[in-house]
Amino acid sequence: MELLPTIWFIAIAVLWTGYLFLEGFDLGVGMLMKGFARNNTERRVLINTIGPVWDGNEVWLLTAGGATFAAFPLWYASLFSALYLPLLLVLVALIFRAVAFEYRGKVDNPKWRARWDWAISAGSFVAAFGVGAALALTTTGLPIDANGDRVGGPFAWFSGYAVLGGLAVVGFSLLHGLGFLALKTDGEVRHRARAWFVRLLPVLLLPIAGWAVSLQLLSGEAWTMAAVVAAVVAAVLAWNFARKGAEGRAFMSLGAFLLLGSASIFGAAFPVVMPSTLDPAFNLTVTNASSSDYTLGLMSIVACIGLPLVLAYQAWTYWVFRRRVSAAHIPEAHSFLPAIAAKALAPKD
Amino acid sequence: MDALEIARWQFGITTVYHFMMVPLTIGLGLVVAVIQTLWYRTGKPEYLRMTKFWGKLFLINFIMGVATGIVQEFQFGMAWSEYSRFVGDVFGAPLAMEALLAFFVESTFLGLWIFGWKQLKPGLHLACLWIAVIGSVFSAYFIIVANSWMQHPVGVQMVNGRPVMTDAWAVFTNNTALVAVPHTLFGALAVAGAFLLGIAWYHLWRRRHDGIDTIGADGKVIPGEAPGIPGRDRNDHTVWIRSLRIGAVVAMISFAGTAVTGDLQGKLMFEQQPMKMAAAEAACHDGTGFSVLSVGNLGSKNCNDIVAVIEVPGILSFLAKGDFSTEVKGVNSLLDEYKAKYGTTLPDNPIYGDRAGQPIQYVPVMEVTYWGFRMMIGFGGIAALAALVALWATRKGTVPASRGLMRLAVFGILAPFGANAAGWIFTEMGRQPFVVAPNPDPSGIDQVFMFTAAAVSPGVSAGEIVTSLVVLTTIYAVLLVVEVKLLVKYIRGGVAAAMPELAHAPADESEGGTPPGGTPGRPEGDDVLAFAY
Repeated sequence: MELLPTIWFIAIAVLWTGYLFLEGFDLGVGMLMKGFARNNTERRVLINTIGPVWDGNEVWLLTAGGATFAAFPLWYASLFSALYLPLLLVLVALIFRAVAFEYRGKVDNPKWRARWDWAISAGSFVAAFGVGAALALTTTGLPIDANGDRVGGPFAWFSGYAVLGGLAVVGFSLLHGLGFLALKTDGEVRHRARAWFVRLLPVLLLPIAGWAVSLQLLSGEAWTMAAVVAAVVAAVLAWNFARKGAEGRAFMSLGAFLLLGSASIFGAAFPVVMPSTLDPAFNLTVTNASSSDYTLGLMSIVACIGLPLVLAYQAWTYWVFRRRVSAAHIPEAHSFLPAIAAKALAPKD
Repeated sequence: MDALEIARWQFGITTVYHFMMVPLTIGLGLVVAVIQTLWYRTGKPEYLRMTKFWGKLFLINFIMGVATGIVQEFQFGMAWSEYSRFVGDVFGAPLAMEALLAFFVESTFLGLWIFGWKQLKPGLHLACLWIAVIGSVFSAYFIIVANSWMQHPVGVQMVNGRPVMTDAWAVFTNNTALVAVPHTLFGALAVAGAFLLGIAWYHLWRRRHDGIDTIGADGKVIPGEAPGIPGRDRNDHTVWIRSLRIGAVVAMISFAGTAVTGDLQGKLMFEQQPMKMAAAEAACHDGTGFSVLSVGNLGSKNCNDIVAVIEVPGILSFLAKGDFSTEVKGVNSLLDEYKAKYGTTLPDNPIYGDRAGQPIQYVPVMEVTYWGFRMMIGFGGIAALAALVALWATRKGTVPASRGLMRLAVFGILAPFGANAAGWIFTEMGRQPFVVAPNPDPSGIDQVFMFTAAAVSPGVSAGEIVTSLVVLTTIYAVLLVVEVKLLVKYIRGGVAAAMPELAHAPADESEGGTPPGGTPGRPEGDDVLAFAY
């Protein structure tokens, strides 16, 4: 096995794991805007826990995509073109969600806010589902030909794994979002988030466990199966910590669950990055889909400098905004009188 | 229309749209950072107000750039998989670096800036904005490196039919990129300049119109106050007149900058893509003259029926070579060269699909190149001229009372947007029929090129691309309306719209803390949330 492509496979696995860990909770918090939050103040509490960080978290997705393009162009080209319509949905979801965060509070009107709340909630759900489906399909296979192009119509990619993977990321994100809210808020929201976390953990982690286990059956190895078992242990720990009110530890345990689960999934898939369901000879692997060693070497240097920096300043951001947010902190909505519409000052003409 | 045509429309529409948000983000970001620095150093309240007001508009626009930027990265793989496979070894690297080294910085530090007004010390808070803005400049650099490689491929060797990077230094210091980066940055500043000028003009005009500001016997302005309206005090007048002047100066400097860098870029382009420049002239035959007006059927792709009605001799030679006499090759002689070098029909290769064997159309759509080139220069020039006039017209401290002039200033905001869009459309359409143009330098890699006809995703149906085109265009149209509506709302709101403290305590001049030197604005104990979400 060639060294640099293997390193880059691991790097991309790390980027996706980073994405799911970080954006996982803000997608979860986004989905919880409907159903969990009970009034506008609670919704503002929710948004403000992720306000300073969600955009930085989302860049992990762009980096994972860009790094795949740079390191495995054939993987990038085949995966993205095969999943044309599902990725279009992800894009639409991400567009609405991003704009909603910024625009929601810009007009002081319940109808306006309700619309953007839907955009955040549905957008987070669709984005999580789509990313999960894409990741699951790249591990379980797509109908691609020798050139890497999809064979069949616009929906030829569909299989049960798409649904499983979609639910896996939705479920994990919801749980992770609850864990994050328990950690980052105070008062009513905090307690409810923790109670939901404890109650829903088994259900919400079921699909991701199903994905990891079915992949073990397809192409698992001893160490990846061990990782699945360890992940289950981490999930039990998370549940136990949450039950006892140790929110920080519960959050970190769920992080460990993700790390182990993702290691078991990517590890089981390796060295195939995208199997062909038509003919194993068409499989895209770390070797036949990768860039040249020169490019991978260049990218390695860049990643060794860039990634630790990113981790450092993102960690610092979380430190700066480490305080818990509660309903008491939410200021009144700022409505203003347009400076130029003051008719009282009798216009001259 | 087949998948290729639709995918091209989609790329064009989404890119031009994205590039309405981007220059405003880069340009306004730089301007706001400078203004906040002025506040940090002088502590003058008008600079804080300007930071908050322009910063609010900056953020409303920024998010649209973020949202539409993701589409750009995804669509190479989605709609242009053959292109991605062909160029991936070189083209993916700058895109990945953009995300890792620039966009991470930009979004993380902007988050710190938006939410950190009270959590961070003033100097650190200001530094966060500068870091974010510098991140956006690096973003532009990486993206332009990627684009420049499509204009002028360097630093590669062909291995098994694909270019493989052999010299990263050559790729990242591509001379095409080195001139395109400053050209783009000046273009972005031009947008910001006109934006400040138009909006500040409107507020100054409104203050006169509402009778707040009056004109004294010496013709100079007497700033007044409107006690009933938050933020409409004397300082407010300073905010707008200073914004207007900063905007005008930025607009003029950036036009000069685009002219100088554009000239350098043009001279390179005459060497690197002579057909693009010949098509920019719609010049059939070799010559020295620059066409001011050409008539005929520009779209016919047969330049023999195009006549230059007004032509300035020598200017074309100057644009291309820096003298007034060198003959510049016209479309006809270039056409023969291109056919000899790159063939007359698309090769019989499966990546061309049904298009294999079709004749290659080497002349770009001349309506677009000819007028795109002139609109870029024209809109840029008009904006700069208007800025000069605006500086003169406001020498007495306010704007003329004319409503028509005010409207002109406000609609003038659109001119540099038009120039940016026209420039990009010109350079991208002018590169056709290539998606990666051949590099004619005698560097031995002139066989590294790709026809656009080979770039589209073979496995994706026309129906899928039509769906995405319709969906994205509709969403973009709706969001444009929403963005403009919000911008207008906050513009009309004036400074108080971006500074709740002005609305709640209009008489208070301390305005949320003074920078170091005085007593710094301490974080108020429990105030975790000093923002708008």
